[in-house]
Amino acid sequence: MSTPTEGREITLAEAINEAMREEMRRDGAVIVLGEDVAAAGGVYKITQGLLAEFGPERVFDTPISEATIAGLAVGAAMTGMRPIAEIMFGDFLGLAMDQIVNQAAKTHYMSGGKLAVPLVIRTTMGAGRRIAAQHSQSLSAWFAHIPGLKVALPATPYDAKGLLKTAVRDNNPVLFFEDKMMYQKKGTVPEASDEFTLPFGKADVKRPGRDLTLIATSSMVQVALDTADELARQGIEAEVIDPRTLVPLDEETLIGSVKKTSRCIVIDEGYQRFGVTAEIAAVVSQKAFYYLDAPVFRVGAMDVPVPFSPVLEDQTIPNPAAIVGITRQWLAQ
Amino acid sequence: MTSELKTAKLSRLNKEKLLHLYREMLVIREFEEQAQDLYSRTLIPGILHVSIGQEAVAVGVCAALGTSDYITSTHRGHGHCLAKGADVGRMFAELFGKVDGYCRGKGGSMHIANRDVGNLGANAIVGGSIPIATGAALSAKLRKTGQVVVCFFGDGALNQGVLFESMNFASIWKLPVIYACENNQYGEYTPLGRVTAGNILLRGQAFEIPSARADGMDVEAVYDATHQAVERARTGGGASFLIFETYRFSGHGMSDRDRPYRSREEEQEWCQNRDPITGLGERLMACGHATQAELDSIRDRVKHEVAAGVEFGTKAAFPDPDEVGKHVYAD
Repeated sequence: MSTPTEGREITLAEAINEAMREEMRRDGAVIVLGEDVAAAGGVYKITQGLLAEFGPERVFDTPISEATIAGLAVGAAMTGMRPIAEIMFGDFLGLAMDQIVNQAAKTHYMSGGKLAVPLVIRTTMGAGRRIAAQHSQSLSAWFAHIPGLKVALPATPYDAKGLLKTAVRDNNPVLFFEDKMMYQKKGTVPEASDEFTLPFGKADVKRPGRDLTLIATSSMVQVALDTADELARQGIEAEVIDPRTLVPLDEETLIGSVKKTSRCIVIDEGYQRFGVTAEIAAVVSQKAFYYLDAPVFRVGAMDVPVPFSPVLEDQTIPNPAAIVGITRQWLAQ
Repeated sequence: MTSELKTAKLSRLNKEKLLHLYREMLVIREFEEQAQDLYSRTLIPGILHVSIGQEAVAVGVCAALGTSDYITSTHRGHGHCLAKGADVGRMFAELFGKVDGYCRGKGGSMHIANRDVGNLGANAIVGGSIPIATGAALSAKLRKTGQVVVCFFGDGALNQGVLFESMNFASIWKLPVIYACENNQYGEYTPLGRVTAGNILLRGQAFEIPSARADGMDVEAVYDATHQAVERARTGGGASFLIFETYRFSGHGMSDRDRPYRSREEEQEWCQNRDPITGLGERLMACGHATQAELDSIRDRVKHEVAAGVEFGTKAAFPDPDEVGKHVYAD
């Protein structure tokens, strides 16, 4: 299930585009809607070419009305479609919260299982693009908090393609977060003829190690791998684990790794306070408590609005040096 | 775009249909009165919003729809659900929180959904169902099913932004959706005029959506307005915006007993002089479609049917404790 070594090198953007294209070919109920997704192909060009292949009834531009984009998708999903709705920036999800949190998430439960909402909301996350506080947040924790929603956070082209195909086939509302800074990052995926999907709730060991566990999501997986490289030069072998989906969460793999290494750092680009790192650290602390040699440490974004100036913004995002520093403190004890 | 609808009394609908509408309104009235009684005896948990006085809107609108057409409803939605084909007993079971209710006891009064007859669910967020109904209409159009969607909402939802987002989209796409505003004159405890600017009919017209106002206390007027809108939707003419002038005879919820925000004189005018059931009954007798004895007989049968529904709900079982974790996610 780890990234294949044979296949093609494509970007994260291309992987997401391929996943949508393949699912739209497979199932006529799959539609793509959002701001500028049709002729323009999306601001990050992720939906490029879909209009030409699937036509204006299956790929269409919406007004800049995020609440209604989400609500249209809910209503269409309840009545036989499988919408993929794009919310251009994750920050704009605030405008759509009622439809996602009170409608999409609760419809199946409140209807006693009679109605389902098979929809995907694709959106972006991540700082570093120098676009300040309303275009840079990583808000997956908001949705992981809500029963009824699933949350996927791909870190590689392979994971993105496999998880998005699974998301489209899932009969529940799925929030699919894409790090805007990774869109052009390349990775290996199987040949186009080799159909694959990746299951939700299955973490991926991005790098094996015995001395400590780095649990990292999305943009932070590369930060964790860079950290592990630096630690390796100092003789410390870190295991890097990517949960890939926050809901469902593969607690078993996370806990199993920590039982082996006895030390754990959790890294996520969301705000640290009450965030993804808090939940995962709590799970690990509770369920691997007697195996731990040190408190589980958390590294999230600084609890400040993401600033514009590059010298300020860079301080707010977790980086390898900070994580290596934590490890050194442990070793000094 | 506007057509102030003139209602030719007893013209469009035949005797059987009119007697059916009369009966349907009585079912809702009796259901709501029983629900009030059960609530006051603490047999129904939670909060309860009844639609006594507004029966003609639910019945007149749904009479113009087929079973496969969709509706979305509101926190005051018992009438919509019943008029769209819900069973009285399963409705009461849901109000009691029983497993035989439409939502297995997980939705309650404000969330009854009944997919089998096109009810996509009542919604406890004011305006929350408006984009959902619009999405269902989009789906019907894309799937080319010919289905029409009615989105019920109250005058309180007129000031929610999603209404304008959705009407804008529905107009651009010529979607088969009818925005049915039940103007019962008060959003919870606040009169419409105090919080709502301008001529509300123009809100639909601003999007070039055919818009009309009809007497929501006259089931035939409601039916006629809806019938026109349904025809337009089915023939590709797109969305409609209908405002039904009506009145909530009771308070907003069961705790709203003394209603200090409106006068007893105003209540009397609507409740005594404009009751939709009394009105239709008088017209049925005036034109010879029914005698008082026949109407009394219908009423007796409805009371019996609703009593049987209360009994069904009362006898139904509460959910097993392990039901709590079921249906959070679909398989």
